[in-house]
Amino acid sequence: MESPIKTTEQMATLKGLIAPIADREPGPVLLCLQAAQAHYGYVPEGAVAVIAEVCNVTRADVHGVFSYYSDLKKTPPPAISVRLCAAEACQAVGGRALAAAWGEACAADANLATATGTDEPVFCLGNCALGPAALVNNELIGNASVDTLKSAVEAAQNAAEASL
Amino acid sequence: MTVWFVPRDAAALSVGADAVAAALEALGEQVVRTGSRGLLWLEPLVERADSRNGTRVGWANVRASDLSESAPADTANNFLGVVEELDYLACQNRWIYERVGIIDPVDPDDYLSHGGMAGLQRALDLSPASVIEQVTESGLRGRGGAGFPTGIKWQTVAEQAPVPHKGDPVDAARHKYICVNADEGDSGTFADRMLMEGDPFCLLEGMAIAAHAVGADRGMIYLRSEYPAAIAVMSEAIEKARDRGWLGQGILGSSCNFDVTIRVGAGSYVCGEETAMLESLEGRRGTVRAKPPLPAIEGLFGTPTVINNVLTIASVPSILARGAEAYAALGQERSRGTQVFQLAGNIARGGIVEVAFGISAHELIFGLGQGTKSGRPLKAVQVGGPLGAYLPADGLQVPMAYEALAAQGAMLGHGGLVIFDDAVDMSEQARFAMEFCVEESCGKCTPCRIGAVRGVEVIDELLASDAPETAEQLLRDLCDVMTQGSLCAMGGLTPQPVLSALDQFPEDFKRAAHRNADAVQGVVHE
Repeated sequence: MESPIKTTEQMATLKGLIAPIADREPGPVLLCLQAAQAHYGYVPEGAVAVIAEVCNVTRADVHGVFSYYSDLKKTPPPAISVRLCAAEACQAVGGRALAAAWGEACAADANLATATGTDEPVFCLGNCALGPAALVNNELIGNASVDTLKSAVEAAQNAAEASL
Repeated sequence: MTVWFVPRDAAALSVGADAVAAALEALGEQVVRTGSRGLLWLEPLVERADSRNGTRVGWANVRASDLSESAPADTANNFLGVVEELDYLACQNRWIYERVGIIDPVDPDDYLSHGGMAGLQRALDLSPASVIEQVTESGLRGRGGAGFPTGIKWQTVAEQAPVPHKGDPVDAARHKYICVNADEGDSGTFADRMLMEGDPFCLLEGMAIAAHAVGADRGMIYLRSEYPAAIAVMSEAIEKARDRGWLGQGILGSSCNFDVTIRVGAGSYVCGEETAMLESLEGRRGTVRAKPPLPAIEGLFGTPTVINNVLTIASVPSILARGAEAYAALGQERSRGTQVFQLAGNIARGGIVEVAFGISAHELIFGLGQGTKSGRPLKAVQVGGPLGAYLPADGLQVPMAYEALAAQGAMLGHGGLVIFDDAVDMSEQARFAMEFCVEESCGKCTPCRIGAVRGVEVIDELLASDAPETAEQLLRDLCDVMTQGSLCAMGGLTPQPVLSALDQFPEDFKRAAHRNADAVQGVVHE
């Protein structure tokens, strides 16, 4: 996969994005990584070096932050992100069974698997009285089932197509 | 004129509230979006009044598909009558949550007309020392879990001089910070989220009161990325508060200068620990700092820093407005005032219950919550998040207060109760507690980083063995090391759910032993 931060112009784009943050904010490294991810959908190869230069810290410092936080991704995200809550309150209402059933549904349906990829579970979405909970892109789903997840994925696909 | 109220809280949205609001608007009705009342099993809970501030009647579990021809009628099966007379709400004593579910969260005028800014106004009329005195007298303690007296923390910060950021030249600008911990990662808790989505100005008002009291000029809210709706509402509220002069230079015409920014987390549970949160706010790996220095003396960027949970800060405006004495009159022992309990998991009526300390877990779960959602017998309740103990069904008479729970080897944590029915296998829950610690340990100290990995292994060994005594002894020793030797609550409290499961539900850990005994006797399991 070709990194979008190779040429001088591409580096300048990222610098233009993060330089104002580094100028304005104390302790900007995590903010810059988050800004890069918001822009590209992930933190592309090459971004760490640019962020290190702009923030005047070592690449090791930036890499340390990058590798610590589970939100920050090395690779582009799936078209639609589906994250099931794996924490206790959702376990109490069948969260483990739902995760297994959703895995089977994705295994049985190539389109679904391609659209959603293999997302990591999430520990708590704050919807603990209406579990099992899931996050489909940024939409929170309560009382989730394989059917409601499928329709949420479909709605997200339609929304993505409409915005093209 | 008839007004309809539809929540915009994420929990209500998760069961279709946006579509309901759109359907009502399509019928030509006037719709106001509010927070949630916290009666979550009724969501989407739609309300109607004759005017903006009129008495509201409600309908439970409204679906957009029911609204294609007309708005809900008083004769419908799901009609609830007057919402504030519902038993679940009528028995509550709301201080922090006094406006949540009632006002439009991002309408400053609505906030003012429901008593907003009265606390800050009163605080600005008092000297900073008197404000701290009020908070101390109220008996308010940290609602994030540790329960440290808020007044003492504020006093410590007030006594420090502001300093430049660590590493800046000595003549650089000097600061003190108010940091709000909104990294609500505990499963079974959602009170911070609902407050931020339902009454964000209350949090900002509380922060401004704290700033006036301790002489801070900057505020930061560390808000977890898993709460996109809360991030959006808080951001909008900060903009509007600045426009109104509730934040910025000379707040409400006083000499107090204070502004607030949000920093969004990046998916790390341990960043809810206060020193890990400081590291993360400073843009670094969210690893725990050794104390001392206390954050009150050397906190964010090396400056004196108040770190409080959302609910702690949000308690302050009503304490100032209604008086510390009235607040301190509630509760028991050194647990004063109200606590926002959250009923979660397998519960028939889950949601927010703000009442005085001292109510029993039994009353919360069976009186208000009406038992399990599945209708099966209750087996265990986890109190206080993933690091909290599991209480058995016959251990629920304990009063919900810091001291009473501590006496039972449990803790209140952030006030969440996760209910499990008899389908739960407690050995699985004990194993999960260790797995969670493996996943979320920051790695700074060995008992937590390595202990959790070994914990999963030993539990597996225990479950597979037909003579589990050796493995159990090893597990108990390991838990002892983690409890005594970890730097923070992550490793230090992970043994709580593990050992409480082991002590209260020993039969769940004897699977292999049972299986082997059954095999000898020729019993067949499906």
